[in-house]
Amino acid sequence: MSANLAALGYLVAAVCFILALRGLSHPASARAGNVYGMTGMALAVLITLMVLPHPSLLSGVLIAIGMAIGGGIGLVVARRIQMTAMPQLVAAFHSLVGLAAVLVAGAALSNPADFGILGPHGVKTASLLEMGLGTIVGAVTFTGSVIAWGKLQARFPKHIEERIPEPVLAVCRLFMRSQPILLPGRHVINIALGIVLLALLAVFLASGNGFVFLLLALLSFALGVLLIIPIGGADMPVVISMLNSYSGWAAAGIGFTLNNPMLIITGALVGSSGAILSYIMCRAMNRSFVSVILGGFGESAVAAAEEGEKTVKAGSAEDAAFIMENAQKVIIVPGYGMAVAQAQHAVRELYDKLTEKGVEVKFAIHPVAGRMPGHMNVLLAEANIPYDVVFEMEEINNEFQTADVAYVIGANDITNPAAKEDPKSPIYGMPVLDVEKAKAVFFVKRSMAPGYAGIDNPLFYRPHTMMLFGDAKKVTEEIVRALDP
Amino acid sequence: MAAVDPGIVNLIIFVLAIFVGYYVVWSVTPALHTPLMSVTNAISSVIVVGALIATGAGGFGVHTLLGFLAVVLASVNIFGGFAVTQRMLAMFRRRG
Repeated sequence: MSANLAALGYLVAAVCFILALRGLSHPASARAGNVYGMTGMALAVLITLMVLPHPSLLSGVLIAIGMAIGGGIGLVVARRIQMTAMPQLVAAFHSLVGLAAVLVAGAALSNPADFGILGPHGVKTASLLEMGLGTIVGAVTFTGSVIAWGKLQARFPKHIEERIPEPVLAVCRLFMRSQPILLPGRHVINIALGIVLLALLAVFLASGNGFVFLLLALLSFALGVLLIIPIGGADMPVVISMLNSYSGWAAAGIGFTLNNPMLIITGALVGSSGAILSYIMCRAMNRSFVSVILGGFGESAVAAAEEGEKTVKAGSAEDAAFIMENAQKVIIVPGYGMAVAQAQHAVRELYDKLTEKGVEVKFAIHPVAGRMPGHMNVLLAEANIPYDVVFEMEEINNEFQTADVAYVIGANDITNPAAKEDPKSPIYGMPVLDVEKAKAVFFVKRSMAPGYAGIDNPLFYRPHTMMLFGDAKKVTEEIVRALDP
Repeated sequence: MAAVDPGIVNLIIFVLAIFVGYYVVWSVTPALHTPLMSVTNAISSVIVVGALIATGAGGFGVHTLLGFLAVVLASVNIFGGFAVTQRMLAMFRRRG
Protein backbone atom coordinates (compact mmCIF):
# COMPACT_ATOMS: atom_id res chain seq x y z
CA MET A 1 0.00 0.00 0.00
CA SER A 2 1.40 3.39 -0.95
CA ALA A 3 2.08 6.03 1.68
CA ASN A 4 -0.47 8.33 0.08
CA LEU A 5 -3.19 5.73 0.17
CA ALA A 6 -2.36 4.97 3.81
CA ALA A 7 -2.53 8.67 4.67
CA LEU A 8 -5.97 8.92 3.06
CA GLY A 9 -7.11 5.88 5.00
CA TYR A 10 -5.88 7.46 8.21
CA LEU A 11 -7.86 10.57 7.30
CA VAL A 12 -11.03 8.47 7.06
CA ALA A 13 -10.25 7.01 10.48
CA ALA A 14 -9.79 10.49 11.95
CA VAL A 15 -13.13 11.59 10.51
CA CYS A 16 -14.74 8.50 12.08
CA PHE A 17 -13.39 9.59 15.47
CA ILE A 18 -14.84 13.07 15.06
CA LEU A 19 -18.21 11.53 14.16
CA ALA A 20 -17.97 9.29 17.24
CA LEU A 21 -17.84 12.36 19.47
CA ARG A 22 -20.45 14.18 17.40
CA GLY A 23 -22.87 11.29 17.93
CA LEU A 24 -22.83 11.95 21.66
CA SER A 25 -24.84 15.14 21.19
CA HIS A 26 -27.97 13.05 21.73
CA PRO A 27 -28.60 9.64 23.30
CA ALA A 28 -30.43 8.53 20.14
CA SER A 29 -27.40 9.08 17.89
CA ALA A 30 -24.77 8.02 20.41
CA ARG A 31 -24.74 4.31 19.62
CA ALA A 32 -24.17 4.98 15.93
CA GLY A 33 -21.35 7.29 17.00
CA ASN A 34 -19.70 4.51 18.93
CA VAL A 35 -19.84 2.29 15.86
CA TYR A 36 -18.04 5.04 13.91
CA GLY A 37 -15.40 5.04 16.63
CA MET A 38 -14.88 1.30 16.38
CA THR A 39 -14.75 1.48 12.58
CA GLY A 40 -12.12 4.21 12.73
CA MET A 41 -10.03 2.20 15.14
CA ALA A 42 -10.24 -0.98 13.05
CA LEU A 43 -9.26 1.00 9.97
CA ALA A 44 -6.30 2.62 11.75
CA VAL A 45 -4.99 -0.75 12.94
CA LEU A 46 -5.43 -2.42 9.55
CA ILE A 47 -3.68 0.34 7.63
CA THR A 48 -0.79 0.34 10.07
CA LEU A 49 -0.41 -3.42 9.74
CA MET A 50 -0.30 -3.05 5.95
CA VAL A 51 2.46 -0.44 6.01
CA LEU A 52 4.68 -1.98 8.72
CA PRO A 53 8.34 -1.21 7.96
CA HIS A 54 9.62 -4.80 8.22
CA PRO A 55 6.73 -7.22 8.45
CA SER A 56 7.86 -10.63 9.67
CA LEU A 57 6.27 -13.76 11.02
CA LEU A 58 7.64 -13.07 14.49
CA SER A 59 6.23 -9.53 14.68
CA GLY A 60 2.91 -10.75 13.28
CA VAL A 61 2.66 -13.40 15.97
CA LEU A 62 3.67 -10.96 18.70
CA ILE A 63 1.07 -8.43 17.58
CA ALA A 64 -1.64 -11.10 17.44
CA ILE A 65 -0.76 -12.36 20.92
CA GLY A 66 -0.55 -8.83 22.33
CA MET A 67 -3.92 -7.83 20.94
CA ALA A 68 -5.52 -11.09 22.09
CA ILE A 69 -4.24 -10.68 25.66
CA GLY A 70 -5.10 -6.99 25.90
CA GLY A 71 -8.39 -7.31 24.07
CA GLY A 72 -9.44 -10.28 26.20
CA ILE A 73 -8.72 -8.43 29.43
CA GLY A 74 -10.49 -5.32 28.13
CA LEU A 75 -13.63 -7.17 27.09
CA VAL A 76 -13.92 -9.10 30.35
CA VAL A 77 -13.45 -5.97 32.43
CA ALA A 78 -15.93 -4.01 30.31
CA ARG A 79 -18.55 -6.71 30.75
CA ARG A 80 -18.09 -7.25 34.50
CA ILE A 81 -17.53 -3.73 35.79
CA GLN A 82 -20.31 -2.30 37.93
CA MET A 83 -21.66 1.00 36.71
CA THR A 84 -20.98 2.56 40.10
CA ALA A 85 -17.30 1.77 39.53
CA MET A 86 -17.06 3.63 36.20
CA PRO A 87 -14.92 6.48 37.56
CA GLN A 88 -12.21 4.08 38.73
CA LEU A 89 -12.35 2.14 35.46
CA VAL A 90 -11.91 5.29 33.39
CA ALA A 91 -8.99 6.35 35.59
CA ALA A 92 -7.39 2.93 35.10
CA PHE A 93 -7.87 3.16 31.34
CA HIS A 94 -6.24 6.61 31.29
CA SER A 95 -3.21 5.21 33.06
CA LEU A 96 -2.79 2.62 30.31
CA VAL A 97 -2.78 5.23 27.54
CA GLY A 98 -0.18 7.22 29.46
CA LEU A 99 2.10 4.23 29.95
CA ALA A 100 1.66 3.13 26.33
CA ALA A 101 2.79 6.60 25.20
CA VAL A 102 5.96 6.28 27.31
CA LEU A 103 6.66 2.80 25.93
CA VAL A 104 6.15 3.89 22.32
CA ALA A 105 8.49 6.85 22.80
CA GLY A 106 11.09 4.52 24.31
CA ALA A 107 10.73 2.12 21.40
CA ALA A 108 11.10 4.96 18.90
CA LEU A 109 14.28 6.06 20.62
CA SER A 110 15.77 2.56 20.50
CA ASN A 111 14.93 2.04 16.83
CA PRO A 112 14.80 5.53 15.24
CA ALA A 113 15.36 4.29 11.68
CA ASP A 114 12.09 2.37 11.45
CA PHE A 115 10.18 5.24 13.04
CA GLY A 116 11.53 7.55 10.33
CA ILE A 117 12.96 10.07 12.78
CA LEU A 118 16.59 9.72 11.81
CA GLY A 119 18.24 12.87 10.42
CA PRO A 120 21.70 13.28 8.97
CA HIS A 121 23.22 13.55 12.47
CA GLY A 122 21.34 11.02 14.58
CA VAL A 123 17.73 11.45 15.73
CA LYS A 124 16.22 14.79 14.65
CA THR A 125 16.02 17.37 17.43
CA ALA A 126 12.37 18.12 16.69
CA SER A 127 11.58 14.43 17.12
CA LEU A 128 13.49 14.34 20.40
CA LEU A 129 11.43 17.28 21.63
CA GLU A 130 8.14 15.62 20.64
CA MET A 131 9.23 12.35 22.19
CA GLY A 132 10.41 14.05 25.37
CA LEU A 133 7.18 16.02 25.80
CA GLY A 134 5.05 12.98 24.97
CA THR A 135 6.95 10.99 27.57
CA ILE A 136 6.59 13.60 30.31
CA VAL A 137 2.85 13.99 29.72
CA GLY A 138 2.38 10.23 29.30
CA ALA A 139 4.28 9.40 32.47
CA VAL A 140 2.40 12.00 34.53
CA THR A 141 -0.86 10.63 33.12
CA PHE A 142 0.16 7.11 34.08
CA THR A 143 1.06 7.57 37.75
CA GLY A 144 -1.47 10.36 38.25
CA SER A 145 -4.24 8.09 37.01
CA VAL A 146 -3.05 5.23 39.19
CA ILE A 147 -3.32 7.48 42.25
CA ALA A 148 -6.71 8.77 41.10
CA TRP A 149 -7.82 5.17 40.61
CA GLY A 150 -6.76 4.38 44.18
CA LYS A 151 -8.64 7.32 45.64
CA LEU A 152 -11.78 6.37 43.74
CA GLN A 153 -11.51 2.67 44.48
CA ALA A 154 -10.81 3.41 48.19
CA ARG A 155 -10.02 -0.25 48.95
CA PHE A 156 -9.27 -3.51 47.20
CA PRO A 157 -11.93 -6.20 47.12
CA LYS A 158 -11.65 -8.56 50.12
CA HIS A 159 -10.26 -11.54 48.21
CA ILE A 160 -7.44 -9.48 46.73
CA GLU A 161 -6.67 -7.75 50.03
CA GLU A 162 -6.06 -11.12 51.66
CA ARG A 163 -3.32 -11.94 49.17
CA ILE A 164 -1.34 -8.73 49.60
CA PRO A 165 1.34 -8.75 52.30
CA GLU A 166 0.46 -6.49 55.23
CA PRO A 167 3.22 -3.83 54.78
CA VAL A 168 2.39 -3.41 51.09
CA LEU A 169 -1.30 -3.19 51.92
CA ALA A 170 -0.60 -0.48 54.51
CA VAL A 171 1.17 1.64 51.89
CA CYS A 172 -1.63 1.07 49.39
CA ARG A 173 -4.22 2.06 51.99
CA LEU A 174 -2.35 5.28 52.67
CA PHE A 175 -2.52 6.27 49.00
CA MET A 176 -6.08 5.07 48.56
CA ARG A 177 -7.59 7.34 51.20
CA SER A 178 -9.80 9.93 49.57
CA GLN A 179 -8.49 12.64 51.91
CA PRO A 180 -5.77 14.88 50.49
CA ILE A 181 -2.18 13.98 51.41
CA LEU A 182 -0.47 17.30 52.06
CA LEU A 183 3.32 17.10 52.09
CA PRO A 184 5.11 20.02 53.74
CA GLY A 185 6.50 22.34 51.07
CA ARG A 186 4.73 20.41 48.34
CA HIS A 187 4.50 23.39 45.98
CA VAL A 188 8.24 23.98 46.27
CA ILE A 189 8.92 20.28 45.64
CA ASN A 190 6.69 20.27 42.55
CA ILE A 191 8.20 23.45 41.12
CA ALA A 192 11.73 22.14 41.74
CA LEU A 193 10.81 18.86 40.09
CA GLY A 194 9.36 20.75 37.14
CA ILE A 195 12.57 22.76 36.70
CA VAL A 196 14.71 19.61 36.90
CA LEU A 197 12.47 18.00 34.28
CA LEU A 198 12.92 20.94 31.90
CA ALA A 199 16.69 20.82 32.40
CA LEU A 200 16.69 17.09 31.72
CA LEU A 201 14.59 17.68 28.61
CA ALA A 202 17.23 20.13 27.38
CA VAL A 203 19.98 17.58 28.01
CA PHE A 204 17.90 14.97 26.19
CA LEU A 205 17.46 17.27 23.17
CA ALA A 206 21.20 17.84 23.01
CA SER A 207 22.24 14.21 23.50
CA GLY A 208 19.35 11.92 22.58
CA ASN A 209 20.75 9.71 25.31
CA GLY A 210 18.72 6.66 26.37
CA PHE A 211 19.71 6.96 30.02
CA VAL A 212 18.55 10.59 30.15
CA PHE A 213 15.28 9.43 28.60
CA LEU A 214 14.85 6.86 31.36
CA LEU A 215 15.55 9.47 34.02
CA LEU A 216 13.05 11.80 32.36
CA ALA A 217 10.39 9.08 32.49
CA LEU A 218 11.12 8.16 36.11
CA LEU A 219 10.99 11.76 37.36
CA SER A 220 7.75 12.33 35.45
CA PHE A 221 6.30 9.25 37.15
CA ALA A 222 7.18 10.85 40.50
CA LEU A 223 5.64 14.16 39.45
CA GLY A 224 2.39 12.40 38.52
CA VAL A 225 2.11 10.96 42.02
CA LEU A 226 2.94 14.26 43.72
CA LEU A 227 0.45 16.20 41.62
CA ILE A 228 -2.56 14.02 42.48
CA ILE A 229 -2.04 13.02 46.13
CA PRO A 230 -2.99 16.46 47.57
CA ILE A 231 -6.36 16.42 45.78
CA GLY A 232 -9.37 15.21 47.75
CA GLY A 233 -11.86 12.58 46.65
CA ALA A 234 -14.70 14.92 45.77
CA ASP A 235 -12.48 16.93 43.41
CA MET A 236 -12.07 13.76 41.36
CA PRO A 237 -14.50 14.91 38.62
CA VAL A 238 -11.94 17.59 37.74
CA VAL A 239 -8.92 15.32 38.15
CA ILE A 240 -10.32 12.56 36.01
CA SER A 241 -11.26 15.02 33.25
CA MET A 242 -7.82 16.57 33.44
CA LEU A 243 -6.11 13.19 33.12
CA ASN A 244 -8.42 12.44 30.21
CA SER A 245 -7.08 15.58 28.60
CA TYR A 246 -3.44 14.69 29.38
CA SER A 247 -3.81 11.24 27.80
CA GLY A 248 -4.93 13.02 24.61
CA TRP A 249 -1.98 15.41 24.61
CA ALA A 250 0.39 12.49 25.16
CA ALA A 251 -1.10 10.69 22.14
CA ALA A 252 -0.75 13.87 20.07
CA GLY A 253 2.90 14.15 21.12
CA ILE A 254 3.56 10.63 19.87
CA GLY A 255 1.64 11.52 16.70
CA PHE A 256 4.17 14.28 16.01
CA THR A 257 7.02 11.82 16.53
CA LEU A 258 5.48 9.31 14.15
CA ASN A 259 4.60 12.09 11.73
CA ASN A 260 1.07 10.66 11.74
CA PRO A 261 -1.68 13.32 11.33
CA MET A 262 -4.43 10.91 12.41
CA LEU A 263 -2.75 10.41 15.78
CA ILE A 264 -2.31 14.17 16.09
CA ILE A 265 -5.98 14.84 15.27
CA THR A 266 -7.19 12.17 17.69
CA GLY A 267 -4.89 13.39 20.44
CA ALA A 268 -6.12 16.96 19.95
CA LEU A 269 -9.78 15.84 20.05
CA VAL A 270 -9.27 13.93 23.29
CA GLY A 271 -7.11 16.67 24.76
CA SER A 272 -9.68 19.39 24.15
CA SER A 273 -12.51 17.13 25.29
CA GLY A 274 -10.87 16.55 28.66
CA ALA A 275 -10.01 20.23 28.99
CA ILE A 276 -13.62 21.27 28.35
CA LEU A 277 -14.92 18.74 30.88
CA SER A 278 -12.42 20.03 33.47
CA TYR A 279 -13.65 23.55 32.80
CA ILE A 280 -17.31 22.52 33.16
CA MET A 281 -16.57 20.73 36.44
CA CYS A 282 -14.64 23.69 37.84
CA ARG A 283 -17.42 26.08 36.88
CA ALA A 284 -19.95 23.83 38.60
CA MET A 285 -17.94 24.07 41.82
CA ASN A 286 -17.14 27.77 41.40
CA ARG A 287 -13.47 26.91 41.83
CA SER A 288 -10.58 27.89 39.64
CA PHE A 289 -8.74 25.10 37.89
CA VAL A 290 -5.54 26.19 39.63
CA SER A 291 -7.09 25.92 43.09
CA VAL A 292 -8.26 22.38 42.37
CA ILE A 293 -4.83 21.35 41.08
CA LEU A 294 -3.07 22.87 44.07
CA GLY A 295 -5.25 20.64 46.20
CA GLY A 296 -5.98 20.62 49.89
CA PHE A 297 -9.63 21.71 49.64
CA GLY A 298 -11.85 20.33 52.36
CA GLU A 299 -9.14 20.40 55.03
CA SER A 300 -9.23 24.04 56.03
CA ALA A 301 -12.95 24.61 56.16
CA VAL A 302 -13.75 21.94 58.73
CA ALA A 303 -15.29 23.12 61.98
CA ALA A 304 -16.36 26.38 60.39
CA ALA A 305 -19.93 25.69 61.46
CA GLU A 306 -20.79 26.87 64.93
CA GLU A 307 -22.61 24.37 67.09
CA GLY A 308 -25.85 26.05 68.02
CA GLU A 309 -29.07 24.76 69.46
CA LYS A 310 -30.32 23.74 66.06
CA THR A 311 -32.75 20.92 65.82
CA VAL A 312 -33.58 18.73 62.90
CA LYS A 313 -36.81 16.95 62.23
CA ALA A 314 -36.27 13.25 61.63
CA GLY A 315 -39.02 11.36 59.88
CA SER A 316 -39.85 7.79 59.01
CA ALA A 317 -40.17 6.13 55.64
CA GLU A 318 -43.93 5.93 56.21
CA ASP A 319 -44.17 9.69 56.72
CA ALA A 320 -42.19 10.27 53.54
CA ALA A 321 -44.31 7.78 51.58
CA PHE A 322 -47.54 9.44 52.76
CA ILE A 323 -46.44 12.91 51.69
CA MET A 324 -45.00 11.72 48.37
CA GLU A 325 -48.08 9.77 47.43
CA ASN A 326 -50.23 12.86 47.94
CA ALA A 327 -47.86 15.07 46.00
CA GLN A 328 -48.36 16.18 42.43
CA LYS A 329 -44.74 16.64 41.58
CA VAL A 330 -41.64 15.07 43.12
CA ILE A 331 -38.09 15.96 42.09
CA ILE A 332 -35.39 13.44 42.98
CA VAL A 333 -31.86 14.77 43.48
CA PRO A 334 -29.26 11.99 43.43
CA GLY A 335 -25.68 12.38 44.66
CA TYR A 336 -22.61 10.32 45.32
CA GLY A 337 -24.35 8.63 48.28
CA MET A 338 -26.76 6.96 45.84
CA ALA A 339 -23.80 5.42 44.01
CA VAL A 340 -22.11 4.29 47.22
CA ALA A 341 -25.29 2.61 48.45
CA GLN A 342 -26.07 1.17 44.98
CA ALA A 343 -29.50 2.66 45.47
CA GLN A 344 -30.29 3.38 41.81
CA HIS A 345 -32.54 0.33 41.37
CA ALA A 346 -34.48 1.16 44.53
CA VAL A 347 -34.87 4.69 43.15
CA ARG A 348 -36.27 3.21 39.97
CA GLU A 349 -38.90 1.33 41.98
CA LEU A 350 -39.79 4.55 43.75
CA TYR A 351 -40.10 6.26 40.36
CA ASP A 352 -42.35 3.46 39.08
CA LYS A 353 -44.60 3.45 42.15
CA LEU A 354 -45.06 7.20 42.20
CA THR A 355 -45.65 7.41 38.45
CA GLU A 356 -48.24 4.64 38.76
CA LYS A 357 -50.03 6.72 41.38
CA GLY A 358 -50.14 9.66 39.00
CA VAL A 359 -47.34 11.66 40.60
CA GLU A 360 -45.08 13.54 38.19
CA VAL A 361 -41.49 12.50 38.95
CA LYS A 362 -38.40 14.22 37.58
CA PHE A 363 -34.71 13.95 38.31
CA ALA A 364 -32.34 16.88 38.83
CA ILE A 365 -28.63 16.37 38.18
CA HIS A 366 -25.94 18.73 39.37
CA PRO A 367 -22.87 18.68 37.10
CA VAL A 368 -20.55 17.54 39.90
CA ALA A 369 -22.90 15.02 41.52
CA GLY A 370 -20.90 11.83 41.84
CA ARG A 371 -17.26 11.26 41.09
CA MET A 372 -17.10 11.92 37.36
CA PRO A 373 -19.00 14.00 34.81
CA GLY A 374 -22.31 12.37 33.93
CA HIS A 375 -21.92 9.67 36.60
CA MET A 376 -25.50 10.00 37.89
CA ASN A 377 -27.02 9.87 34.40
CA VAL A 378 -25.35 6.53 33.73
CA LEU A 379 -26.53 5.07 37.04
CA LEU A 380 -30.11 6.19 36.43
CA ALA A 381 -29.96 4.81 32.89
CA GLU A 382 -28.64 1.54 34.27
CA ALA A 383 -31.69 1.33 36.50
CA ASN A 384 -33.88 1.83 33.40
CA ILE A 385 -35.01 5.32 34.25
CA PRO A 386 -35.84 6.98 30.92
CA TYR A 387 -33.48 9.82 30.06
CA ASP A 388 -36.28 12.22 29.20
CA VAL A 389 -37.26 12.57 32.87
CA VAL A 390 -33.66 13.34 33.86
CA PHE A 391 -32.71 17.02 33.70
CA GLU A 392 -29.58 19.10 34.08
CA MET A 393 -29.42 21.81 36.71
CA GLU A 394 -30.16 24.75 34.40
CA GLU A 395 -33.12 22.97 32.84
CA ILE A 396 -34.89 22.13 36.08
CA ASN A 397 -33.79 24.63 38.70
CA ASN A 398 -36.83 26.87 38.39
CA GLU A 399 -39.18 23.90 38.70
CA PHE A 400 -38.39 23.32 42.37
CA GLN A 401 -40.80 26.12 43.32
CA THR A 402 -43.67 24.16 41.79
CA ALA A 403 -42.57 20.84 43.30
CA ASP A 404 -44.25 19.39 46.36
CA VAL A 405 -41.30 17.25 47.38
CA ALA A 406 -37.56 17.36 46.70
CA TYR A 407 -36.13 13.95 47.53
CA VAL A 408 -32.37 14.39 48.06
CA ILE A 409 -30.60 11.07 48.11
CA GLY A 410 -26.93 11.04 49.10
CA ALA A 411 -26.21 14.63 48.13
CA ASN A 412 -25.39 17.58 50.35
CA ASP A 413 -23.14 20.42 49.19
CA ILE A 414 -24.82 20.68 45.78
CA THR A 415 -28.09 21.59 47.53
CA ASN A 416 -26.64 23.92 50.16
CA PRO A 417 -28.40 27.31 50.10
CA ALA A 418 -25.38 28.78 51.95
CA ALA A 419 -23.73 28.89 48.52
CA LYS A 420 -26.28 31.57 47.61
CA GLU A 421 -26.90 33.28 50.93
CA ASP A 422 -23.76 33.23 53.03
CA PRO A 423 -20.78 35.14 51.59
CA LYS A 424 -18.59 33.67 54.34
CA SER A 425 -19.26 30.10 53.25
CA PRO A 426 -16.36 28.33 51.51
CA ILE A 427 -18.71 27.27 48.74
CA TYR A 428 -20.28 30.73 48.33
CA GLY A 429 -20.95 31.35 44.65
CA MET A 430 -21.12 27.70 43.67
CA PRO A 431 -24.23 27.07 41.57
CA VAL A 432 -26.57 24.82 43.56
CA LEU A 433 -29.93 23.14 43.05
CA ASP A 434 -32.75 25.24 44.52
CA VAL A 435 -34.23 22.34 46.49
CA GLU A 436 -35.25 24.63 49.37
CA LYS A 437 -37.96 26.10 47.14
CA ALA A 438 -39.91 22.84 47.13
CA LYS A 439 -42.81 22.64 49.59
CA ALA A 440 -41.09 19.80 51.44
CA VAL A 441 -37.48 18.64 51.33
CA PHE A 442 -36.46 15.11 52.30
CA PHE A 443 -32.80 14.35 52.91
CA VAL A 444 -31.67 10.74 52.93
CA LYS A 445 -28.44 10.69 54.93
CA ARG A 446 -26.57 8.19 57.03
CA SER A 447 -25.84 10.70 59.79
CA MET A 448 -25.58 14.42 60.43
CA ALA A 449 -21.94 14.42 59.30
CA PRO A 450 -21.29 17.38 57.01
CA GLY A 451 -20.57 16.97 53.31
CA TYR A 452 -17.23 16.87 51.59
CA ALA A 453 -16.53 20.56 51.96
CA GLY A 454 -17.00 20.22 55.72
CA ILE A 455 -19.79 22.75 55.62
CA ASP A 456 -23.01 22.56 57.53
CA ASN A 457 -26.16 22.69 55.43
CA PRO A 458 -28.66 25.18 56.94
CA LEU A 459 -31.37 23.46 54.97
CA PHE A 460 -31.31 20.55 57.45
CA TYR A 461 -32.74 22.80 60.15
CA ARG A 462 -35.53 24.45 58.21
CA PRO A 463 -39.10 23.64 59.21
CA HIS A 464 -40.10 22.17 55.85
CA THR A 465 -37.14 19.75 55.84
CA MET A 466 -37.41 16.17 57.01
CA MET A 467 -34.34 14.01 57.58
CA LEU A 468 -34.55 10.32 56.73
CA PHE A 469 -31.60 8.76 58.47
CA GLY A 470 -30.20 5.54 57.12
CA ASP A 471 -28.63 3.86 54.12
CA ALA A 472 -29.87 5.42 50.87
CA LYS A 473 -30.94 2.07 49.46
CA LYS A 474 -32.69 0.80 52.60
CA VAL A 475 -34.57 4.03 53.18
CA THR A 476 -35.75 4.18 49.56
CA GLU A 477 -36.84 0.54 49.67
CA GLU A 478 -38.78 1.20 52.88
CA ILE A 479 -40.57 4.10 51.22
CA VAL A 480 -41.43 1.87 48.24
CA ARG A 481 -42.87 -0.76 50.61
CA ALA A 482 -44.85 1.89 52.47
CA LEU A 483 -46.28 3.08 49.15
CA ASP A 484 -47.76 -0.35 48.48
CA PRO A 485 -51.52 -0.33 48.94
CA MET B 1 6.83 28.88 -2.22
CA ALA B 2 9.50 26.57 -0.84
CA ALA B 3 8.41 23.24 0.61
CA VAL B 4 6.93 23.56 4.10
CA ASP B 5 8.48 21.47 6.85
CA PRO B 6 6.26 18.48 7.70
CA GLY B 7 6.52 19.49 11.35
CA ILE B 8 4.77 22.77 10.53
CA VAL B 9 2.07 20.96 8.58
CA ASN B 10 1.52 18.72 11.59
CA LEU B 11 1.28 21.75 13.84
CA ILE B 12 -1.36 23.26 11.55
CA ILE B 13 -3.33 20.00 11.67
CA PHE B 14 -2.97 19.91 15.45
CA VAL B 15 -4.31 23.43 15.98
CA LEU B 16 -7.22 22.93 13.60
CA ALA B 17 -8.09 19.63 15.29
CA ILE B 18 -8.19 21.36 18.68
CA PHE B 19 -10.81 23.72 17.26
CA VAL B 20 -12.81 20.82 15.84
CA GLY B 21 -12.61 19.11 19.23
CA TYR B 22 -13.68 22.28 21.01
CA TYR B 23 -16.85 22.72 18.99
CA VAL B 24 -17.76 19.05 18.81
CA VAL B 25 -17.35 18.49 22.53
CA TRP B 26 -19.42 21.52 23.54
CA SER B 27 -22.28 19.99 21.56
CA VAL B 28 -22.17 16.81 23.65
CA THR B 29 -25.15 16.59 25.99
CA PRO B 30 -24.09 16.65 29.68
CA ALA B 31 -26.08 13.46 30.27
CA LEU B 32 -23.52 11.62 28.13
CA HIS B 33 -20.37 13.01 29.70
CA THR B 34 -19.38 9.65 31.18
CA PRO B 35 -19.65 7.83 27.82
CA LEU B 36 -17.78 10.79 26.29
CA MET B 37 -14.92 10.09 28.64
CA SER B 38 -14.84 6.39 28.01
CA VAL B 39 -15.03 6.81 24.24
CA THR B 40 -12.35 9.50 24.11
CA ASN B 41 -10.28 7.14 26.19
CA ALA B 42 -10.87 4.36 23.70
CA ILE B 43 -9.95 6.48 20.70
CA SER B 44 -6.85 7.90 22.35
CA SER B 45 -5.57 4.32 22.36
CA VAL B 46 -5.07 4.82 18.64
CA ILE B 47 -1.57 5.26 19.99
CA VAL B 48 -1.53 1.52 19.26
CA VAL B 49 -0.33 2.63 15.82
CA GLY B 50 3.03 3.48 17.35
CA ALA B 51 3.06 0.24 19.29
CA LEU B 52 2.41 -1.77 16.12
CA ILE B 53 5.24 -0.03 14.28
CA ALA B 54 7.60 -0.73 17.20
CA THR B 55 6.66 -4.40 17.31
CA GLY B 56 6.84 -4.76 13.55
CA ALA B 57 10.12 -2.89 13.14
CA GLY B 58 13.26 -4.63 11.91
CA GLY B 59 15.33 -6.79 14.24
CA PHE B 60 14.46 -8.07 17.68
CA GLY B 61 15.43 -5.79 20.52
CA VAL B 62 14.31 -3.41 23.24
CA HIS B 63 11.89 -1.75 20.82
CA THR B 64 10.15 -5.08 20.13
CA LEU B 65 9.59 -5.70 23.82
CA LEU B 66 8.40 -2.14 24.53
CA GLY B 67 6.20 -2.28 21.45
CA PHE B 68 4.66 -5.58 22.50
CA LEU B 69 3.86 -4.26 25.99
CA ALA B 70 2.34 -1.13 24.47
CA VAL B 71 0.22 -3.27 22.12
CA VAL B 72 -1.16 -5.15 25.14
CA LEU B 73 -1.94 -1.97 27.10
CA ALA B 74 -3.51 -0.15 24.17
CA SER B 75 -5.59 -3.22 23.28
CA VAL B 76 -7.05 -3.36 26.80
CA ASN B 77 -8.17 0.21 26.24
CA ILE B 78 -9.45 -0.22 22.71
CA PHE B 79 -11.58 -3.27 23.37
CA GLY B 80 -12.49 -2.36 26.95
CA GLY B 81 -13.18 1.28 26.14
CA PHE B 82 -15.51 0.71 23.20
CA ALA B 83 -17.25 -2.24 24.87
CA VAL B 84 -17.99 -0.38 28.08
CA THR B 85 -19.17 2.68 26.13
CA GLN B 86 -21.48 0.47 24.11
CA ARG B 87 -22.79 -1.07 27.32
CA MET B 88 -23.52 2.32 28.82
CA LEU B 89 -25.14 3.77 25.72
CA ALA B 90 -27.40 0.74 25.39
CA MET B 91 -28.89 1.64 28.78
CA PHE B 92 -30.11 5.09 27.77
CA ARG B 93 -33.78 4.71 26.87
CA ARG B 94 -36.72 7.00 26.30
CA ARG B 95 -39.93 6.79 28.23
CA GLY B 96 -42.46 4.14 27.22
